[in-house]
Amino acid sequence: MCGIVGIRLRNPDLQPVLGELVAPMLDVLASRGPDSTGVAIYVSDVPEGALKYSLCAPDVGYDWAQYVAAVEAADGRPVELRPRGRDAVIVTHLEPGKARQVLADIDPAVRLFGHGAAIEVYKDVGPASEVCERYGVPGMAGYQAIGHTRMATESAVTTEHSHPFAVAPDLALVHNGSFSNYASVRRNLRAEGVQFDTDNDSEVAARYIALQMEAGADLADALRRVLRVFDGFFTLLVASGDEFAVVRDSFACKPMVVAQTPDYVAVASEYVALADLPGVEKAQVFEPMPEEIYTWQG
Amino acid sequence: MAGLTAVELSCADLSVRELNEALHQLPDGTSVRITEPRGRHNLAVGLSSRLDITISGNAGYFIGALGDGPDIVVEGFVGWSVGENLMSGTIRVHGTASESAGASARGGLIVIEGDASSRAGISLKGGTIAIAGDAGHMSGFMAQAGTMLIGGDAAGSLGDSLYEAVIYVGGKVRSLGADAKIAELDGDDVELVRDLAAAAGFGHVSAESVTKVVSAKNLYRFDALKDQRY
Repeated sequence: MCGIVGIRLRNPDLQPVLGELVAPMLDVLASRGPDSTGVAIYVSDVPEGALKYSLCAPDVGYDWAQYVAAVEAADGRPVELRPRGRDAVIVTHLEPGKARQVLADIDPAVRLFGHGAAIEVYKDVGPASEVCERYGVPGMAGYQAIGHTRMATESAVTTEHSHPFAVAPDLALVHNGSFSNYASVRRNLRAEGVQFDTDNDSEVAARYIALQMEAGADLADALRRVLRVFDGFFTLLVASGDEFAVVRDSFACKPMVVAQTPDYVAVASEYVALADLPGVEKAQVFEPMPEEIYTWQG
Repeated sequence: MAGLTAVELSCADLSVRELNEALHQLPDGTSVRITEPRGRHNLAVGLSSRLDITISGNAGYFIGALGDGPDIVVEGFVGWSVGENLMSGTIRVHGTASESAGASARGGLIVIEGDASSRAGISLKGGTIAIAGDAGHMSGFMAQAGTMLIGGDAAGSLGDSLYEAVIYVGGKVRSLGADAKIAELDGDDVELVRDLAAAAGFGHVSAESVTKVVSAKNLYRFDALKDQRY
């Protein structure tokens, strides 16, 4: 069991309170996943050409100033530091291809949890209320968020095994379920040169989708291929910078409820997590059908 | 029936446990309104008293589960497993029901006025489920006894691995599950469907033209006469 939540705002007036909407949704679903909690927040707040890198420190109290100085030395351009709890987001003009190597060279103990023009990833071990408080999620602004409360079933309970998995620019995935053939898929991906950060099954799906999109597929096409390639039980919520998508396997035994209003589209494993959203009583509420791809751009 | 007394309990004031404990204290015939349900799970479960309960709004999982007596109306939609293991009494949902409506129900009547999602009536053990709209895929899966009436269409794999339960469908059947077959309607079926549609308030179901789905008994492995142990 795990909990999934997501919200994509249509009304820009709600952007300043995105975190206030998302944190309680995660808290409600802590019962589905008390081990770990994570969220990908999408906020457009960096200059054209700059990217945000969500970095996880090995310890509380990490010396981010020294780290940023090393990034600036490697890149030659100024870097903005935004500390959040144990972790930090840095804003740089590093190209994604070069960044992985530069960042790993500075300190391999610092892990990259996501990068892109809009995405910020915060995830940690602990129930939703604690993790949201630790990283200041209720105070975050943005236009879109996906989140996850984890009850681990197949790999360790650690910060890096938590969701979301954000392995390509502005692409993030959360998963409720378990893949049964992920080792085979991972073997095939490794043969194509894909590298993995963890032994988690959901990371395999994230990397598979990223590879399809890198090769030119759009998000819906990539998810159609997931239905063909992956075996197991899954409800996936995947976000890109400008899109939001849901898919459930053929058994559809992992739940999902969608609520749409003129102000937002919101999804959650259980309606109880949507019940306190503004105007939800007038929302169009439905369950995604098995093996159908649902995407929202607007 | 009109309740002897009227009680109102709000989910905004009480935890689910407190609310259920309060319900368990009420005498037979009490009329209860549960307000502000907001998708909460396990409301009005395990009750063996004859209460008239109205839930004002959308509710979560296992509404009215294990009930043995109460009559429950939900003025909204419900999550998974409404009326799970119902023994007797009625549950009427004005909206839609999510997955596994009436799972393992032993008795009683569950009426869904909207659509029901996947696996409605899974492992039904004698209860009755009436769905005005469509039913999701794998409905009636492994249903052992009891009756389902689907007023609208049934999605794929209807009645997979059925035992003695019987499913009537007013609309189209997308596909039958393994070991399910369509059977001839007889006079008893028409009478049963007519009565059930009337009890459920389904004016749109024509008892003479429903499709009857039963077990083909090729995979049937239940025979108490052979002293099998289950």
